[in-house]
Amino acid sequence: MSATATTAETKTENTAPAVPMVNVQIDGEWKQFPKGTRLIEACMKAGSYVPHYCYHPALSSPGNCRMCLIEMGTPKMSPDRKPELGEDGRPVIAWSPRPAISCAIEVSEGLGVRTNSPLVEECRKGVLEFLLINHPLDCPICDKAGECRLQEFSVEYGKADSRFEDDKVKKPKRVDIGERIVLDDERCILCSRCIRFMNEVAKDDCLGFVDRGGHTHLTVHPGKRLDSNYSLNTVDICPVGALTSKDFRFKMRVWFLKETKTIDVSCGTGSNILIGSRENKVHRITPRENEAVNSFWIPDSHRLNYTYLHREDRLNEPVVKGEAVRWKDAVSAAAESLKAAGHSVAIIASGRMTNEELFLVKRLAATLGTDLIDIRPRAQKGDGFLVSDDGNPNTSGAKLLGIASGTPGSKLPEIAAGIAAGRITSLVVLGENPLNCGISEADLSKLSSLVVLDILPNAATKHASVILPGSAAYEKRGSMVNVNGRLQRLNRALTAPGHARDDWEILAELLRALGAETASSIEDLFKQMAAATPALAGLNLGKIGDLGVDLKA
Amino acid sequence: MKSLLLPPHPKERRIVFKNAWTQGYTPDIDCYVKNGGYEQLKKALKMKPEEIIEEIKKANLRGRGGAGFPCGVKWGFIRRDDGKPHYITCNGDESEPGTFKDRYILHNDPHQLIEGMLIAAYALNVNLAYIYIRCEFPKAAGIVTQALKEAREKGFLGKNICGSGFDVDMHVHQGAGAYICGEETSLIESLEGKRPYPRIKPPYFPAVLGLYMSPTIVNNVETFCHVKQILAIGSDEYAKMGTPGDGGTRVMCVSGDVVRPGPYEIPAGGVTLGELINDVCGGMKPGRKLKAVIPGGSSSKILRAGEVFKIKVKGDDGQMIDKEVPLLDLVMDASSLAAAGTMVGSGGVIVMDDSRDMLWALNNLNEFYAHESCGQCTPCREGVLWIDKMTTRMVNGEGLVEDPVTLKSVADNIAGRTVCAFGEAASWPVQSFLQKFPEEFEVAAK
Ligand SMILES: Cc1cc2nc3c(=O)[nH]c(=O)nc-3n(C[C@H](O)[C@H](O)[C@H](O)COP(=O)(O)O)c2cc1C
Ligand code: SF4
Ligand code: SF4
Ligand code: SF4
Ligand code: FES
Repeated sequence: MSATATTAETKTENTAPAVPMVNVQIDGEWKQFPKGTRLIEACMKAGSYVPHYCYHPALSSPGNCRMCLIEMGTPKMSPDRKPELGEDGRPVIAWSPRPAISCAIEVSEGLGVRTNSPLVEECRKGVLEFLLINHPLDCPICDKAGECRLQEFSVEYGKADSRFEDDKVKKPKRVDIGERIVLDDERCILCSRCIRFMNEVAKDDCLGFVDRGGHTHLTVHPGKRLDSNYSLNTVDICPVGALTSKDFRFKMRVWFLKETKTIDVSCGTGSNILIGSRENKVHRITPRENEAVNSFWIPDSHRLNYTYLHREDRLNEPVVKGEAVRWKDAVSAAAESLKAAGHSVAIIASGRMTNEELFLVKRLAATLGTDLIDIRPRAQKGDGFLVSDDGNPNTSGAKLLGIASGTPGSKLPEIAAGIAAGRITSLVVLGENPLNCGISEADLSKLSSLVVLDILPNAATKHASVILPGSAAYEKRGSMVNVNGRLQRLNRALTAPGHARDDWEILAELLRALGAETASSIEDLFKQMAAATPALAGLNLGKIGDLGVDLKA
Repeated sequence: MKSLLLPPHPKERRIVFKNAWTQGYTPDIDCYVKNGGYEQLKKALKMKPEEIIEEIKKANLRGRGGAGFPCGVKWGFIRRDDGKPHYITCNGDESEPGTFKDRYILHNDPHQLIEGMLIAAYALNVNLAYIYIRCEFPKAAGIVTQALKEAREKGFLGKNICGSGFDVDMHVHQGAGAYICGEETSLIESLEGKRPYPRIKPPYFPAVLGLYMSPTIVNNVETFCHVKQILAIGSDEYAKMGTPGDGGTRVMCVSGDVVRPGPYEIPAGGVTLGELINDVCGGMKPGRKLKAVIPGGSSSKILRAGEVFKIKVKGDDGQMIDKEVPLLDLVMDASSLAAAGTMVGSGGVIVMDDSRDMLWALNNLNEFYAHESCGQCTPCREGVLWIDKMTTRMVNGEGLVEDPVTLKSVADNIAGRTVCAFGEAASWPVQSFLQKFPEEFEVAAK
């Protein structure tokens, strides 16, 4: 468990050559670290995990939990004030008898650290005993169980028996401190991570401690609530089950969750996330660390944006003229109607589609001989942090692939006018509602063919001659480019409902039916796309990795 | 307290308390100036700041707030011309149980403190200073505020003080009722208007990252008064009054089971514990015998009557030798008390006679510490309350056989592992009571 914690929480260090390096001895071995590295980070990089509660790589170090105590020493000085050197030519270390916290001290030349000495083990046992004496025995009903640092460290570093014979401190339970969060003060270990997050990251100072000593507890400031659009991040970073998400509370044990690394598609930021799902149902979405994108955070609005996946009315079978049909029939019906339309076809694609899909859409337009193709823009008021001004997750991809070559959406009026005037008789709508693209319902009914690929019913599906049920973002693989030009990868967390299929496969089938070149796999598709797109040259899905690739670099 | 107005005991040497305890002396500036007040400031303003710091170093003045850190060394941490604002802050939080000295200065002789602080401000290139006074001393806050007003009117405070071209201002800040605000970094947080959680050191050493993250010197009320007296007496004379490394006089606040409790200003090392109790304070209460002494405020480790300490002293030939020193022959200075495993601390000497129950006494202290822990760091927050619960249970006759062992180990798990020295302050009594009076705890553990 602590091994995963190491990778998740060791900050990717800026190792630009400008930062001078210092030598530090960690558990007997000398290693080099850039100046400014916090000692705890150096230890973890060196493979010596240091358990901790209050330290968080993206927050300041208050040094309050005392879990990260280590033994430390500085170079022993000879009478002429030079470091004494040992047989190995390295400084001899004068060890301090007093343990020190490793989270607030920065590495310095010749520093020595012991992370596993008897004293250190003693300190950890002591702190854990202290944390447990007043802690409720709630694990069986606690949402955090299974990923609780108090549980984990108690097993790993604590002692089995309790010497506490007195009454536990009573503190407020089930405190409603925000729209989406419930607080249990008895579980709180007072690490102040949530307070610091709200101050330092969310910039909304609303949490604080009241009372003192063993009666200290967390609360919201008078007249304030934990209602920020970033509030749920506190639940993630709370090392225990003190802060729980109302959305997730009591719904699922975390050890049953399958976690899939993918990206958020609620806006152009493309925050990196983990989808926690079980039996094809999303139970929660949590942020995944990526310093280049979202650090450790994600807006509440985005993390809770998953319920549409499980709507009852998901499109789950291909339909031709109101009749459910087999895929083969649906695809050929679509192909036939498009062929029949000649050049009077327009395509409304979506900035929510993957690069691979958009690449095939571009080919579809070429095959049909139309350049009336665009996406629906989604300009919005961002928050200057992780909510982007662009509500589309892949506008950059659409631009890169030449779908929205000018200003996204600039061709929509022409398409709408064309339909209204009867110049355009056939429309392909991919994941958008045409009513939001300037096309009226009356005009829709004028079309001789309307081919719709989507996941949910809308005005287009109502008038569609062919409905091709596709997959939602968390049900498919592919890539997108965020507003900052970072190419990132989607991974499949769920399978699409019923007979719905992966969008790229549907598009490939349609192209095949139209006699165009297709692809045999998503990897193959990416290869074709990379060959045709200079910015993607040499890349493949594997190379994008979990953290993406900066296309500007 | 009437006894204060008695003439000084022959063992006493009143410098800092000279005026404060003189009949008819009033806290206003006229009275102060009439008695030679602000002359040392005028002298200081003509000296080089480095010279003043050097004087304080040579005087061997140790801080009187509890930690006993050499004052001149502390001042030496400040680089006068680093371009940053510097601050000094007077610690008038006086809340260590057993300590009652600063309040007399604040009430009776506030200008002495202000003069000492002005000298410090000039030496350390400080233009803004604060006097932090605990909220339980509202009268003191009023008196000091009035004194500041007077000093400002007379040109000792404000712009271009005494025509020297040096500007300095000073304000009173009242606490809100927490012992922890006496801890200097907590005091700084409180001054900044925050919850007074002590800061971690490193990196927040006040002399580097103090008030508003600027170099700051925090000194005790009495310490600042000594600064003025050092300039008046001269560092050599001052140092000679005390012992090597512990210069001048020290106010010892004797409380508990003696005939004449009270504060006594005595040269550092000028009395043994026996002389202090039996001579200066008139002995134990009639018919009672000495049982224990807490020599430097409630946080210092307790000593037991009849104890004999092995202390290194200089022999006749100049060599260091081990000498057996019985408790009552212990010299009351910083190094002797340290050698006896305890400390002079804040000068609060708590004397207990044979009527005292050690378990009860320890529980009384534990209650205090459990109530005053700020709750920031795990070992102190959880441990001190646990300790208090154990001794409370023991006092109520519900002790368990394992309680003494658990008590000691809990205290061991606190000391040395906390954010601030409160951790030690709260665990040293437990450790020392258990060590020195094990039989009283075994009896309680049934
Ligand atoms: C828990 C705690 C309480 C303290 N309370 C006081 C106090 O009430 N007054 C005081 O002067 N120093 C107090 N101190 C010591 C201060 O932190 C600091 O060392 C002192 O004010 C420095 O002044 P000095 O060098 O003149 O002694 C306390 C320290 C601790 C750890
Ligand atoms: S916070 Fe952790 S230890 Fe506490 S009840 Fe929840 S799972 Fe158990
Ligand atoms: S609620 Fe959680 S994050 Fe906040 S202080 Fe308590 S334990 Fe830490
Ligand atoms: S040791 Fe006690 S008083 Fe000091 S910071 Fe920790 S909890 Fe607060
Ligand atoms: S992690 Fe270092 S004190 Fe909490």
